[in-house]
Amino acid sequence: MVEKDTSMVKYYLFKIIIAGLVIIAVLWVITPFIISILYAFSDPTDYYSKEIIIPLHYTYEHVRKLVALGAGTAIINSVIVALMTIALSFALGLPAGYAFARFVFPGKDSLKLFIIGLRMFPIIVIAVPLVSLYIRLGLSDSLLGVALAHTAMALPFVIIITSSIFAGIPKELEEAGLIFGLDRTGAFLRITMPLALPGLAAAAIFTFIMSWNEVFIAAVLTLTNRTLPAFILTSAMAATDFIKFAASFIMILPAMIFVFIARRYLIAMWGITLR
Amino acid sequence: MVDVKLRGIVKRFGKTVAVNGIDLDVRDGEFIVLLGPSGCGKTTTLRIIAGLEKPDEGRVLFGDRDVTYLPPRERNVSMVFQSYAVWPHMRVYDNIAFPLKIKKVPKDEIDKKVKWAAELLQISELLNRYPHQLSGGQRQRVAVARAIVVEPAVLLMDEPLSNLDALLRVKMRSEIKKLQRRIKVTTIYVTHDQVEAMTMGDRIAVMNQGKIEQVGRPDEIYLKPANVFVAGFIGSPQMNFFDATIYIEKDKAVLDVGDFKLGLNKDLIEVLKDYEGKTVIVGIRPEHIYPENLIPSTTKKVAKVEGIVDFVEELGSDTIVHVNTGSQILVLKISGSHHYEIGSKLVIALDLDKIHVFRKDTEKAII
Ligand SMILES: Nc1ncnc2c1ncn2[C@@H]1O[C@H](COP(=O)(O)OP(=O)(O)OP(=O)(O)O)[C@@H](O)[C@H]1O
Ligand SMILES: [Mg+2]
Repeated sequence: MVEKDTSMVKYYLFKIIIAGLVIIAVLWVITPFIISILYAFSDPTDYYSKEIIIPLHYTYEHVRKLVALGAGTAIINSVIVALMTIALSFALGLPAGYAFARFVFPGKDSLKLFIIGLRMFPIIVIAVPLVSLYIRLGLSDSLLGVALAHTAMALPFVIIITSSIFAGIPKELEEAGLIFGLDRTGAFLRITMPLALPGLAAAAIFTFIMSWNEVFIAAVLTLTNRTLPAFILTSAMAATDFIKFAASFIMILPAMIFVFIARRYLIAMWGITLR
Repeated sequence: MVDVKLRGIVKRFGKTVAVNGIDLDVRDGEFIVLLGPSGCGKTTTLRIIAGLEKPDEGRVLFGDRDVTYLPPRERNVSMVFQSYAVWPHMRVYDNIAFPLKIKKVPKDEIDKKVKWAAELLQISELLNRYPHQLSGGQRQRVAVARAIVVEPAVLLMDEPLSNLDALLRVKMRSEIKKLQRRIKVTTIYVTHDQVEAMTMGDRIAVMNQGKIEQVGRPDEIYLKPANVFVAGFIGSPQMNFFDATIYIEKDKAVLDVGDFKLGLNKDLIEVLKDYEGKTVIVGIRPEHIYPENLIPSTTKKVAKVEGIVDFVEELGSDTIVHVNTGSQILVLKISGSHHYEIGSKLVIALDLDKIHVFRKDTEKAII
């Protein structure tokens, strides 16, 4: 009886500790979000008042100002760049990832290492040559140009992730497709793809966020066609604090919406495919 | 519908030789069983026949057609994978229907066939479930159902019943066998369960280390094993093996074991005289050694040996007795339930007509 009690206490104590740790982790992540959202809409007098920590009066003024300066177009630009980046990096990375997962070929491991190694190049080093190259190619200040640069950054990640997704799908499932009348393409599209889709969607979310957040290349390569981070860097960073908060709010919101939608889709699919 | 011929198949994976020169002729409509220990190359052989693997050497022929380099879908084969390979993103119904859908079979006919197969394998209630909602054995039956709804030229099954309980396994064995007889499909069936092999196979190919050791009807394999490996692999408990020296007397051949001697019929002198003075391996199955008081009336000639009961396993239907004769421990299988005291004396009788003799060097059968 006594023994059972102590084990029960231990069990619940453990649960409480875990819960506590989870709460701390969650607070760690969401506090900056909450603060920036609160101050993004805060009335300037509340913001500067020493007595008030949580603002009481709210206004849309800061966000409106930013939109008037061109935040709206910048958001659209960012979305276009991010989607182009996803399309390009998946078009190139998916077949590579599949090859890494399914085939044995000479130099496979060193090639894999080399691909990861590409990410070690500091972007600053290649920024200037890239700009001069882009000017010659007529790609400077174009969204496609930014998307291409982002693709180069995302590609190693996409290759590694997709190869591990494909490696996680048993080869026999595809082979069963081959036995029962499919050709290689058919087996890939009708067996492997549906099973890989949730994982691929997750990889797409990460690619989206990477492109959405990338500021340096975007700022260097564009002048008028600013993506959102580049726009914020050049327009809001010199402004007052609450404008900065408004900017970060604008930055966070679309990404959050995208992630939530993608995640719901993801969960619905995991439910079926997992195990 | 087609006969299958393997000609000198070799398959290597890096340094491992998975299949090491296999020749096999499977007749049209035959049910052949590949039997062998784990890792002997059964699955690899099956995958080569299916076209999922290209052999490094050798040819695969379906009838007169060389299919060695044809992709699986052009071979008209069907397969049950050892790992089932049931598609997780399709319901059971769609899994079974999928091969038919690809062949553009009309919808109502697909429905009929799926229901028929599901009924046969007792999974009718599961048709609406996803594979992750099934047990291992249920998944395995889905894999079998999927393989039999198509009408293949060659049906390949890789341990299709390994995960079923004993009762269901016996039932499925007979269902598969009956089905195979009815549709007369050439079937290659992999198992490492010898009872399954003996009861289902028209012929059995016993494999070991990438090679076929013997091909024959189940009774041939049991009564006339070609070598020590086959003799030891078939039968449970395992055949008793011991070394003996041969010498020939004027009317009989004698196997001198040390503790005891076995005098064989003189008609065997002819075969054995080449081995006079040499050491050979003698084999006798546990069911062919009897306690003195239980010698069957049909037995013609026995050699009696005295020993001490070393260990007894009472299985209910059979009793397994280990008897120490001094230098050997011989295992007896006596049908029915019997009681023996460990340490007590027992005179046993070896049935001399059921003795196997193998060469010591090549381990090939002499008699
Ligand atoms: N893809 C592979 N890569 C490397 N070695 C392999 C591969 N497939 C099989 N082998 C090796 O080839 C040999 C034969 O394997 P195989 O799967 O044919 O055995 P099996 O007879 O089916 O065994 P089991 O009864 O355990 O299923 C084994 O030694 C195995 O390790
Ligand atoms: Mg196997």
